[in-house]
Amino acid sequence: MAEVSFKGVKKSYGRVDVVKGVDIHINDGEFVVFIGPSGCGKSTLLRMIAGLEDITEGTLEIGGRVVNELQPKERGVAMVFQSYAIFPHMTVRENMAFGLTIAGASKPEKEQKVAEAARILQMEHLLDRRPSQLSGGQRQRVAIGRAITRKPAVFLFDEPLSNLDAALRMDMRMEIGRLRRQLGATMIYVTHDQVEAMTLADRIVVLKDGEVMQIGAPMELYHEPANRFVAGFLGAPSMNFLIVDILDLDGEAATVGNQSLEPIRVATRSRPFRKGGKAILGIRPQYLREAPSGKGMLHGTVALAERLGSETVVDLMLRDDRELIAAFDEDKIFEPGDALELIFDTALAHLFPEDG
Amino acid sequence: MASKLTLSNRTGWTFALPGFALIVIFVVLPFFFAIGLSLTNQRLLSPNPTQFVGVENYRQLLGLAVVTLEPERDDAGEVVRNEAGEIQYPRLRKITRSNDYPQYRGMREWFRWQSGENVTVVIASDVVFMKALVNTFLFVLVVAPVQAGLALVLSLLINQKLRGINVFRTIYFMPVVVSIVVVSLLWRFIYDGQNGLLNSILHGLTFGLFQPVDWLGNPSTALPAIMAMSIWQAVGFHMVIWLAGLQTISPTLYEAAAIEGASKWQTFRYVTWPGLRNTAVLVLIVITMQGFALFAQIDVMTNGGPRDSTQTLVFQAVERGYGKQDISGGSTISVILFVIVLTISLIQRWLTRER
Ligand SMILES: Nc1ncnc2c1ncn2[C@@H]1O[C@H](COP(=O)(O)OP(=O)(O)OP(=O)(O)O)[C@@H](O)[C@H]1O
Ligand SMILES: [Mg+2]
Repeated sequence: MAEVSFKGVKKSYGRVDVVKGVDIHINDGEFVVFIGPSGCGKSTLLRMIAGLEDITEGTLEIGGRVVNELQPKERGVAMVFQSYAIFPHMTVRENMAFGLTIAGASKPEKEQKVAEAARILQMEHLLDRRPSQLSGGQRQRVAIGRAITRKPAVFLFDEPLSNLDAALRMDMRMEIGRLRRQLGATMIYVTHDQVEAMTLADRIVVLKDGEVMQIGAPMELYHEPANRFVAGFLGAPSMNFLIVDILDLDGEAATVGNQSLEPIRVATRSRPFRKGGKAILGIRPQYLREAPSGKGMLHGTVALAERLGSETVVDLMLRDDRELIAAFDEDKIFEPGDALELIFDTALAHLFPEDG
Repeated sequence: MASKLTLSNRTGWTFALPGFALIVIFVVLPFFFAIGLSLTNQRLLSPNPTQFVGVENYRQLLGLAVVTLEPERDDAGEVVRNEAGEIQYPRLRKITRSNDYPQYRGMREWFRWQSGENVTVVIASDVVFMKALVNTFLFVLVVAPVQAGLALVLSLLINQKLRGINVFRTIYFMPVVVSIVVVSLLWRFIYDGQNGLLNSILHGLTFGLFQPVDWLGNPSTALPAIMAMSIWQAVGFHMVIWLAGLQTISPTLYEAAAIEGASKWQTFRYVTWPGLRNTAVLVLIVITMQGFALFAQIDVMTNGGPRDSTQTLVFQAVERGYGKQDISGGSTISVILFVIVLTISLIQRWLTRER
């Protein structure tokens, strides 16, 4: 069992800095998800843990031991790749036993561990097949099986589900969650799918351009985003951002408004603002509710309405020609051009400085 | 569909015609000509009319027999020995020229071995052809594995991200782009018995202990010398094929193997080699074909000598067809070669089939 700890870790390819000084501490047995837009360095971080990439600067510790200079095999980690990376010429059984074969394990030991992994992954009936005779989800299960037979201290997953279709992805997501409870090992999981992140993680690390934006439990990140990037990244449809004028400012709250927004008081959460300046007001589409005429805080007209059955997503044009998305949790008919007034709980709104 | 392809596609067929005609004239027709001519007594220039002779040419080439010679005995029934104590045997000619054994007529000794008091002699109606056949097989049996293996090692060495690796790739590939005739000429100098490069180097390396060898003039070294030179010449070509195969193997498989703890050798055994299976089949088939077609090196370097130790099938086919103007004999050798190569290809295909 092992903790993983990045201390001031940097990674550069030539003059391009890909990871720009990252400090993350992952506890023993924790399930941590790295999430961020494409190219932000998630895979690079994971590959540094595995030992597939050199660390340019800083230290990486696994189980309290600095591993910067250690070979992949000396680190006690297992990795599951997006492209499965299972050996095409071996049967499922041989693939799952690969790490044991390499370590020179005895036949009965291999048999027993493969059988156990196959039972956990519910694929006993597939053991004698070759990868070409498996579906995508089954292949990924083989890759996971190969990882668990060795009982590593740290599991690394690099977008393991992104090659699967939506239904299968959900099954596999639940399976990974179950696996995690059974194995209790430290797991680090890279994804750009926020549903995976929200449902699986103990803590999420949000990355952007090689820097950590925020680390925290899923709900913490959702409800208390540290900055505008995290606020906009998590949640679907993503948070609305309105440019507002700061009309008044006192200790803990600011009064803000603009052409389409009646003045409201929003907590500043000790972020710096200046009276008379501008700020960004963030409000999630799900928190907006329809208001009776003349009582709304936000005024706009319907541009487009999408009925999804369980919810209705409305695209509004505000008075100042900015767009706003509202999601109502019921099936409702809106006609383009209808005037619409909205209210929301101001405690659920976030105020960010204009530059971040 | 068939009618559409064959009938209504006039333009297509018109375009294909020149290439098609060339293939027919230079590949298909000669192929059937060779089979046809091998059944006649056709000569290149001859006043006599051509006659159909059936399989006589094949019989003439492939005729093989084993005879056992018993020691000569004196009147008392004792084995006759010469002064050195060696057992005396009757002359082989007594059999091959005797009217008692018409089936052995005209055959000559190929090789013999002692078994007890008797000696067993293998006689062939065309000993030179037999030697050519054995030499060709020997050449393929040695060159195919050695050249393929060496090419694989080279391709593994140059399949790395190193500064200047392309210089090495170019150097190894260079002999391939030089004409085999030129290469053969150069190697004749290298193998020269007096002051050839090879002798000089060996002489220098052993501080003068090494006695110069006439590599191409000695029956026991001529064929190995040609093998070595042939391996060197085409190894770069097969290296490139292996390299192409290596680059089709997904890098993530190597990463997965590294994380699972595989050593260099284990990585090769479990990832690289299985990934090269199809390439291996290709390389082996190509080398086998090239090996059976061995000609230019022989023609330039040894002319089949010394003492027929470097005769090969293709060299014999050309030598007979054009040197001795015996077109039917040359054709017969070509057909036999075709059957051999076809058989080996089918066997290889069967051995490497998808299971
Ligand atoms: N070998 C390399 N040389 C130069 N730049 C590289 C190299 N490998 C990756 N990068 C850069 O590093 C950055 C981070 O790459 P990384 O693969 O970690 O992204 P990611 O967050 O995993 O993205 P994705 O979600 O698309 O997988 C990218 O901008 C990429 O262009
Ligand atoms: Mg990635």
